[in-house]
Amino acid sequence: MSDWLERHVPKMVLAPSFAAILLFVYGFIAWTGWISFTKSRLLPKYEIIGTLQYERLFISPRWDTALNNLFIFGALFIIISMILGLILAIMLDQKIRTEGVLRTIYLYPMALSMIVTGTAWKWILNPGLGIESVVRGWGYESFSFDWLVNPEYAIYTVVIAGVWQASGFVMALFLAGLRSVDEEIIKAAQVDGIPTSRIYSAIIIPSMAPIFLSSFIVLAHLAIKSFDLVIALTGGGPGYATDLPATYMYTMAFSRGDIGQAASSAMVMMLVVFAIVVPYLYSELRAKND
Amino acid sequence: MKITHILAAASAVGFLASTTAMAGPEAEVLHWWTSGGEAKSVAVLQQEFSDNGGTWTDMPVAGGGGDAAMTALRARVLSGNAPTAVQLKGPAIQEWYEEGVLADISDVAKAENWENLLPAAIAGHMKCEGTWCAAPVNVHRVDWIWANAKVLADNGISLPTTWDEFNAAADKLMAAGITPLAHGGQAWQDATVFEAVALGILGPDGFRKAFIDLDEATLTSDAMIAVFDQMRKMRGYVDGNFSGRDWNLATAMVMNGEAAFQIMGDWAKGEFMAAGKVPGKDFLCISTPGDGYLYNVDSFAMFAVKGDDKKAGQQLLAKLIMGKNFQKVFNLNKGSIPARTDVSLDEFDSCALLSSQDMATSNSNGSLLPSYAHGMALRGAQSGAITDVVTAHFNSDMSSADAVKMLVEAVKNSM
Repeated sequence: MSDWLERHVPKMVLAPSFAAILLFVYGFIAWTGWISFTKSRLLPKYEIIGTLQYERLFISPRWDTALNNLFIFGALFIIISMILGLILAIMLDQKIRTEGVLRTIYLYPMALSMIVTGTAWKWILNPGLGIESVVRGWGYESFSFDWLVNPEYAIYTVVIAGVWQASGFVMALFLAGLRSVDEEIIKAAQVDGIPTSRIYSAIIIPSMAPIFLSSFIVLAHLAIKSFDLVIALTGGGPGYATDLPATYMYTMAFSRGDIGQAASSAMVMMLVVFAIVVPYLYSELRAKND
Repeated sequence: MKITHILAAASAVGFLASTTAMAGPEAEVLHWWTSGGEAKSVAVLQQEFSDNGGTWTDMPVAGGGGDAAMTALRARVLSGNAPTAVQLKGPAIQEWYEEGVLADISDVAKAENWENLLPAAIAGHMKCEGTWCAAPVNVHRVDWIWANAKVLADNGISLPTTWDEFNAAADKLMAAGITPLAHGGQAWQDATVFEAVALGILGPDGFRKAFIDLDEATLTSDAMIAVFDQMRKMRGYVDGNFSGRDWNLATAMVMNGEAAFQIMGDWAKGEFMAAGKVPGKDFLCISTPGDGYLYNVDSFAMFAVKGDDKKAGQQLLAKLIMGKNFQKVFNLNKGSIPARTDVSLDEFDSCALLSSQDMATSNSNGSLLPSYAHGMALRGAQSGAITDVVTAHFNSDMSSADAVKMLVEAVKNSM
C-alpha cells in the first residue's frame, strides 16, 4: 500500500495543475491557432478558410512597423540593459561601503509597474513639460529633445524607459553571478600580477555564461510581451509609429472586431518566442542528458 | 444519475422562483457612460424606467472608449446570456445582428411612429434588414469648428467658410504667434480632422462614395490627393507638442486663447459650457467649410432575451429612450441634440439650434452623412484601416500620392 502511495501520490498531486496547464495554455494556443485560419470578425467562427489572415497580416504596413519596432526595441533593450547591468554589477562588486543602499536604489525600478514607468517617462520626455523645456528654461533656447513626438525616434524613447526599468534587475543577476565565481581563482590570478581588467575579461565574465543566457531569456520575453509600457508612454503613437505586435493584436481583437487577424498576429508572436526559447530548452535538455 | 435529477429539480425550482419574484419589466443595460455628465444622463433613464414599474440592472463598464464594454459583451453573448440593451452604434449594430443575437422591436417602433420622427439616414442605422433593432439616443455633429471669439476679433479674422479662407486665417495667426489649430495627436482625432476636410473637399457625394461605398475611383481621385494636401497644411498649423494630447486639453487651449480653432464634435461644447463660457460671445461654433453634416449617433441595441419580463423590459426601455423627456434631458447634459425631430429646443443653446437646423436641411438634400471617424459609416476593420493611413500620413512626411496608394491597399486588405 505504501509502495503504491509512494508511486502514485506525486502524480495525483500534480495532475490537476497539469490538466489546467494543458487546457488553459496549450488548449488555448491550439484554439488561437485554429481561429487564425478562419474568417472570424466580432465573434469566433470555426470554418477554416486557409491562410488569408496571414496574407492580410504580412501586407499590412502597420504590422510591418510593429514587427520592425519589436526587433529595434528588443535588440536595443536587451543589449543596453545587459551592458549597463554588467557595468553596474562590476562597479558594485568593488567592495564599496554603501553597496546595500546602492543595490536597492538600482533594483527599485523593477518594483514599479510598467504603467508607472511609462507615465513618468512620458512626462519627462514630453517636450513641453520635461527635459526639453527645463533645458530651454536654463537659457539654451535651441535645445531640442523631441524624440517622444517624432515618429522616427519615438521607439527609442520606449527603449530608454524599458532600460531604466530592467537594467537594475540585470545588475542583480550579474552581481549574484560575480559573487559565485570561485575566489581562489581570482586570488591566484591576482598573485600572478594579472591586471583587474584582464581578470574580468578573461576569467570572471566567461565563467558567467549561464547568467548571460538566463538574463537574455528574461529580457527577451519582457521585450516580446511588452504592451503596458508602450500604452502608457506613447499609446502606440505618434500615428502608429511605436506599435508593437502585442499592441497590434490588442487593437485588432478588442477595438476593431477582427479576431481572426488578431489570432494570426498572436501566432506569429508565439513563433518569435519559440525561435528564442526552443534553442535554449534544447541546449538545457542536452546538457542534462550528457 | 441521481445528481442530474437533483440539479434539474433545483434549476426548475430556481426558475419558478425567479419568474414569480420578478413580475415587472426587467432590463439589464450595458453601457460605458460613466463620467460625470453622462452618468447623470443615464440616471434619468434609470429613474423613468423604475417609475414605470421596471427593475433596472445597471452594467456600466468603463474604459478604452467602449473596448472594455465590448469585451464584456462578447463574453456575455458567447455564454448565451446577453444583456437586454447595449450601448452600440453604427454598423456595429448590423454586425451583431448578423451574429443572430439581436431582438426585433418593430412593435414599439411602429406604435411610437419612429419612422416619421427620425431623419431617414439615422433611422437606417436602427434597422436590421427591415426590422427595428436599436433605439437612438442623440445626434452629435462631428464637423464643427470651435473658435475663440476674442482671438479672432483681435486678429481681424472672421469665421472661415472655405478651406482657402481657413488657410489664410491660419497663416495670419501663425504670423501673430498664435497656434491656429488646437489638436491632439491621437489617431481618432487625426481621423476627425481628416473627415471634416474630406467632406469639404470631396463634397457630400464624394464623401459617400469614398467612406460608405469604399469606391476605388473616388479613393484614388485627385480630390482625395487634395484632401491629403490639406491635411499636410493642417499638420503645419498645430503646435509642436500635440502628440498624445487628449481632446479636452486641446479644447482648453482654445478656451484660454493659446489656440484659435479646434475641429471636434460637439462634445467639445460641453467643455466650454462647463468652464462657464457663453456660445456666440466667448466661443463661436460653425460647421467646417463645405456642405454636409456628419453625425455620430449613440444608440442602444436590443439583444434577444428570454422570458416575458425581460421582453417587457426591453419594450419599455425602447419606448422611454425615444421618449421626449429623456431625449431632451439627456442631450442638454451631453451637448448633443435629440435624435427625434419633434422635441422642443427652447432650452438648448445657439450651437445646438444651428446643429438642428443644419440636420433638417441636410436631411432634405441628402447630405446627412455618417461619421467614419466615429464608427458610424464603416465597420471596425475598414474604418481602422483608413485611420491607420490617415494618422501615418499626418505624423510623417509621406507624400499625398503615397498616402492615397496606401489608402486603397489598406481598404482592400481589411475586407
